[in-house]
Amino acid sequence: MKEYFSNIYTALSTVWTGMKITFKHLFVPSVTIQYPEVRLQLPERERNRLYVNMDDCIGCDQCARACPVNCITIETVKSIPGDDLGKTSNGKKKALWVTRFDIDFAKCCYCQLCVFPCPTECIYMTDVYEFSEFDRDKLIYEFSTLTKEEEREKLERLDRHYNEREADKLGRM
Amino acid sequence: MIYDVINNLTGSPVLSAVIVAMLPLFLFILPFALVAVYLERKVSAHMQDRLGPMRVGYHGVLQTIADIIKLIQKEDIIAKENDKLLFNIAPVLVFVGSYAAFAAIPFTSVFIGAQIDLGIFLIIAVTGLVVAGILMAGWASNNKYSLLGAMRAAAQIISYEIPTIIVVLSLVMMTGSMNLYTLSEMQTGYFWNWNLFGGSYDLLQKLLLIPFMLIGFIIIYISTLAEVNRTPFDIPEAESELVSGFHTEYSGMKFAIFFLAEYANMFAVSAIIAALFLGGYQSPFGYVGNLIGAEWLVPIEQFLWFTIKGVGLVLVQMWLRWTLPRLRVDQLMTVSWKYLIPISFVNLIIIGLITIL
Repeated sequence: MKEYFSNIYTALSTVWTGMKITFKHLFVPSVTIQYPEVRLQLPERERNRLYVNMDDCIGCDQCARACPVNCITIETVKSIPGDDLGKTSNGKKKALWVTRFDIDFAKCCYCQLCVFPCPTECIYMTDVYEFSEFDRDKLIYEFSTLTKEEEREKLERLDRHYNEREADKLGRM
Repeated sequence: MIYDVINNLTGSPVLSAVIVAMLPLFLFILPFALVAVYLERKVSAHMQDRLGPMRVGYHGVLQTIADIIKLIQKEDIIAKENDKLLFNIAPVLVFVGSYAAFAAIPFTSVFIGAQIDLGIFLIIAVTGLVVAGILMAGWASNNKYSLLGAMRAAAQIISYEIPTIIVVLSLVMMTGSMNLYTLSEMQTGYFWNWNLFGGSYDLLQKLLLIPFMLIGFIIIYISTLAEVNRTPFDIPEAESELVSGFHTEYSGMKFAIFFLAEYANMFAVSAIIAALFLGGYQSPFGYVGNLIGAEWLVPIEQFLWFTIKGVGLVLVQMWLRWTLPRLRVDQLMTVSWKYLIPISFVNLIIIGLITIL
């Protein structure tokens, strides 16, 4: 009998305690962030979409080799003597035409492993994180500044240069 | 009475009866459901430190309308193995059951759908139809979740109807009337004339009655909460176990009708509690209309008070819903049969003894 009444008391008092808590929470400011209008400050070293500064890229392929998912594709063409490709911002001489520098962000896992080996610090993370697409092919970003015609031209020049060198060698013999 | 006014206006008793019958639906239940769904989402959101709907209109006020448009567009799916006749009748039956209760609810002193002497009796009898509708929906869906939900709903509603009826009986015994209009009229004047505070008895009897009326109020509140299948008594539609109970198989407008019936039911039970215990449409401090000599203002004030009391009780239902976890089936039956029924029975006897004092 005593248990019966204590049960009733426990039930009512616990319900009342719970109701007090929920009532208090009615006036607690909400934690929801109205996303597109209100944005949180991103953390200092957040990892988002990559960017490659092609002016500094020497085509060393180290980032592509560091990539655990092989999302970076780099193709280079050797320069011939006399070509002036300029220097990178930290004073390294460029020796290769980077004809292709594609990053497939559908594959990219944002691990940042490609950023550290870069000798010229030309590949780095930006703060852009809204770049979803309906078409997966649109996620392949092409960073190379050279066009297809220029690439063909560079290849032909290199071929010609080799041929001339071969001819020189044969002539000298 | 509104009926006489419309009868004079149209000159046809049938037409005016139809109009009067439809008034609560279009003037009250549909707008109430719109507001209540929005309110429920907002209240639940803020109790959980969220914001709730914010996109459609200012702070999401048009969210319910957007939802209704979505539901209208949806395909009305009837599975091959369903019992088509019962499946189609069930939502209508559930809604009819909860809507018919509004016939005897006095909204103001001039508007009451059917002024019958057995008002509260009719409400209790006719809401029993809801059980049939729910069972029908569960059976016709041909789905284990629906059937389990329907069985649970039937068991729950039937067991919780008993404490409700006993408390109503004690009220009827105390006031000597089953007519909700008369019941409301008896609680006129100030709020200490409400049945919750002992009705229109002498001071000694009032003081003796107050604790027992309070017990009766709490019991009827808990048991009606269970009757409308809301948390903590929502095991018929327990989302985590039964998908959504008896209306798992329903889509589109049929689902919307179930939803509407649920909200209509919520208000109906709140209105009944308000009419029985909280003076119905009576103002707690007298009327502004009487004070300034504008008689026509009184019914409007009464409607306002009635709505405030009803919506207030609905808000407490929501508050409870977002506070308490769901009961187990055995706990549910324990609460009803071991606690509410014996207590309400003792309460009935004590109230009876006090009233013949």
